[in-house]
Amino acid sequence: MDVHRGHEVLVDVAGAGVRRDGRWLVEAVDVTIRKGEIVTLIGPNGSGKSTTAKLVTGVLKPDAGSVSRKSGLRIGYVPQKLSIDWTMPLTVRRLMSLTGSYPKAEIDAALAATGVVHLANAEVQHLSGGEFQRALLARAMIRKPDLLVLDEPVQGVDFSGEVALYDLIGQIRDETGCGILLISHDLHVVMAATDTVICLNGHVCCRGTPESVARSPEYLSLFGARAANALAVYQHHHDHTHLPDGRVEEADGRIVDAHEHVHEHDHEGHRHA
Amino acid sequence: MKGTAMLEDFFTRAVIAGIGLALVTGPLGCFIVWRRMAYFGDTMAHSALLGVALSLVLQVNMTLGVFIIAAAVAGALLLLQRRQTLSTDALLGILSHSALAIGLVVAFLSGIRVDLMGFLFGDILAVSVTDIVVIYLGGLVILAVLAAMWRPLLAATVNAEVAEAEGMRPEVTRIVFMLLLASVIAIAMKIVGVLLITALLIIPAATARRLSATPEQMALISAGIGALAVAGGLFGSLRFDTPSGPSIVVAALVLFLISIALPVHLWRARREA
Repeated sequence: MDVHRGHEVLVDVAGAGVRRDGRWLVEAVDVTIRKGEIVTLIGPNGSGKSTTAKLVTGVLKPDAGSVSRKSGLRIGYVPQKLSIDWTMPLTVRRLMSLTGSYPKAEIDAALAATGVVHLANAEVQHLSGGEFQRALLARAMIRKPDLLVLDEPVQGVDFSGEVALYDLIGQIRDETGCGILLISHDLHVVMAATDTVICLNGHVCCRGTPESVARSPEYLSLFGARAANALAVYQHHHDHTHLPDGRVEEADGRIVDAHEHVHEHDHEGHRHA
Repeated sequence: MKGTAMLEDFFTRAVIAGIGLALVTGPLGCFIVWRRMAYFGDTMAHSALLGVALSLVLQVNMTLGVFIIAAAVAGALLLLQRRQTLSTDALLGILSHSALAIGLVVAFLSGIRVDLMGFLFGDILAVSVTDIVVIYLGGLVILAVLAAMWRPLLAATVNAEVAEAEGMRPEVTRIVFMLLLASVIAIAMKIVGVLLITALLIIPAATARRLSATPEQMALISAGIGALAVAGGLFGSLRFDTPSGPSIVVAALVLFLISIALPVHLWRARREA
């Protein structure tokens, strides 16, 4: 996080709270997102992750505290739930120009960047979970946003797809320099690219680098000792490539079947569950 | 057989008026189908009867009276939805039937004889030149507003949160859409009648679904199918001496059934390639 200390602040949520039906959904939440920074929100169900994200995007107004955004802040948003009714004929290409119009070349480039350009003319209702998330990511990206807000972007995606998506998100940050607010229900994998982890439980229970949060007593008391081992900092080395046919190309160029291949990246802290 | 010249005269007027209406209900109806608002459209149409009764009692312009009551019922629904006490479904049931019943009670108390059948099924064969002018001018305004807010309305229909996070105002577009709906009901009331308005809103849109690859295509095809249903229904009513309003709906239904039976996926796959 220190790397981004001097960078421009995109959104600053200060002591914000949201109250509904006499109950605080979140209270006294502080979140600052700077340009080029990846902030990850984790927490149990109902801990206010999506509510906090909605404060950041401006969909919800705070009942206490304040939220300030850089003027003219451009946000790209991938919501937690997006179900498109079957009655609406919507191709991936048309989805791309949902909130703005873009030339065909730009649309193709964004879809190519997330690896779904071959699905440009497919109806969104026919995509798999992973393909749809990639299409949504491309749609949020094409706006060239200052801030990407991704609410559980790996849902409905299998483990290897999850790893690939996290890689892609880190890559988007590196290439565009945008800030990213990531929400994860998944305590098992918090990617190494994350600068700051904020652990929520109605309030901010702890924050810091992924490593420091995993060791903090607040985190341990919230998620229990078992989870301590589960918060894996996803660190892998690109020493192999998974081929589309399921085989694996090793770093030395050998192509082997998946079951012969051994994942050698750091398994100390996480299980492939 | 009546005099051919006179027959042609009112018949031509009916066809022109009906087609003008279908060109508006087609695109609007797509949003009703996409937003799963069929019952809502029904409720607004039922409330039109209360509008008729009140405008007769207060001696104001009937189209204006119907518009105000339909818009008021839509506003009442929006307010009741915010309180989140009953489901939207139940609220619509209450609004729909009570507006209809109050309309009849008001008419009875004030001693006005309301031709119920006339307002339920309309009398398209009695359309005057003035009616045609109202339909086309009003329709043009409705379509112009719809075209101007097409992108935000479509974005809000796909996902209101995304639209809002990315700088649009889905609440405003929703209210404008309801006003457009109230306008078309006020204009259509006299021609196709209360019960057939929702049919013209929903059946052509549903028919267009399988023939379209994008929302824009669906809106255009829906308008075309509505016009075809009006022409077919009116010629059918002339040929078989059946009531005109219901005949139009039967024609729309026939087109819908044909669209289901057609192997359109093959045709569309070729067109997209």
